[in-house]
Amino acid sequence: MTAAFHLFRHDLRLQLRHGTDLVAPIAFFVLATLLVPLGVGPEPNLLARLASGVIWVTALLATLLALDRLFQRDFEDGALDLMALAPLPLELTVIAKVAAHWVTTGLPVMVVAPILGVMLRLDTNSFLTLELSLALGTPVLSMIGAFGAAVTLGARRGGALLAVLVLPLYIPILIFATSAISAAGEGLSPRPHLLLLASFFVGGIVLIPFAAAAALRNALE
Amino acid sequence: MTTARIPLLHRYANPAAFGRLSARVMPWSIGATVILLALGVYFALFNSPPDYQQGESVRIMYVHVPAAIMSELVYGAMALAAAAGIIWKHALADLFVKAAAPLGAIFTLICLVAGSLWGKPMWGAWWVWDARLTSELVLFFLYLGYIALVDAFDDPQRGLRAGAILVLVGVVDLPIIKFSVNWWNTLHQPASLMTLSGPKIYGSMLVPLMLMIAGFMAFFITVVILRLESELLARRIRGWRTAAGDE
Repeated sequence: MTAAFHLFRHDLRLQLRHGTDLVAPIAFFVLATLLVPLGVGPEPNLLARLASGVIWVTALLATLLALDRLFQRDFEDGALDLMALAPLPLELTVIAKVAAHWVTTGLPVMVVAPILGVMLRLDTNSFLTLELSLALGTPVLSMIGAFGAAVTLGARRGGALLAVLVLPLYIPILIFATSAISAAGEGLSPRPHLLLLASFFVGGIVLIPFAAAAALRNALE
Repeated sequence: MTTARIPLLHRYANPAAFGRLSARVMPWSIGATVILLALGVYFALFNSPPDYQQGESVRIMYVHVPAAIMSELVYGAMALAAAAGIIWKHALADLFVKAAAPLGAIFTLICLVAGSLWGKPMWGAWWVWDARLTSELVLFFLYLGYIALVDAFDDPQRGLRAGAILVLVGVVDLPIIKFSVNWWNTLHQPASLMTLSGPKIYGSMLVPLMLMIAGFMAFFITVVILRLESELLARRIRGWRTAAGDE
């Protein structure tokens, strides 16, 4: 367990030292979101209706940006081989790396999202639900993304392929997150949607590391 | 060693044994495909009544429903084969997944296009964002993703294995498609063929539908055997070229 924690800290430190690695996904998130009012016009009611969907779609694309580097660097310099040989199960290695990925993408998205919500005139009742849906949803995005990164490791055209594989699997998260937010905006309870997101979260954390670790082993064979 | 002592699963991992099996199955499956599809098309177009609400456009169902069933069935078969490939390192199972994927993608596409052609006169729209339609579209992208992934590796064996893992992860979409009409209760009609109380379709429409479903299955078996044989041949050629120092 401490080994997994050290790996997490190591990954995090590496990413924090490369400042642009940290800034790029968030800058992308903000810019892509701000393109929408410029594209569809600044009409407040229209923006309010689009807000939750726009924030979620761009958040989802932002998590894609850093994914192809998740295992690539360790794969190329051979560190991944050592991690596979280490006593720490590869599944826990995956979880540690996913946690580091989430802290550098999902967490900043959560911090910035309310500001974008204000700019897009998101309904006042929806802010808490927006944050909750991001808190439950973005870790699953990182997890699914890690699976995609693992399964495309060593493939040609890895980056574009990764997006093609991962985006269909992101769809359920997007659907339930945005329905939670619009339920809150209409004065209904977002609870059932959030509970479903929570079940994805729990199920994802338990099951996906096995698939990702199997894919990593295949890449290292 | 006599074949009787090898478990059934492993017996056909041997390409030669598979070749003997496919040579025996092939004439029957070709015959079944031709007869069933010919009969099915005849019944569907000429010998079944128009629907009292949908009129003649109900005939689109005789293509749409079999294609939809096959899109799920093929993926299910691919998932079982992928599991067999991962667990027992069953070489032929890995190849089956690869051979079946484009067929599944085509069935899914036929299902979506036929449904869209039916949806325009019936629902007034080519496409609606209904749960069944969306999850079927996701299935289409899962097929495409698998095909792209297997193709992206220089080592074919590694591509097959990565693809098998992807197929197993994508299995979550199958129950979502199947039960989407019950869970969300949106525009797409719920199941009328496989219900607990038996089919809810009148006999004159059930006959062409069943013929078409059986015909689609026979077609799939025929083509998947052809594709598997050509995969095996391609692999043997690769082996010879490597042995000759070509690569």
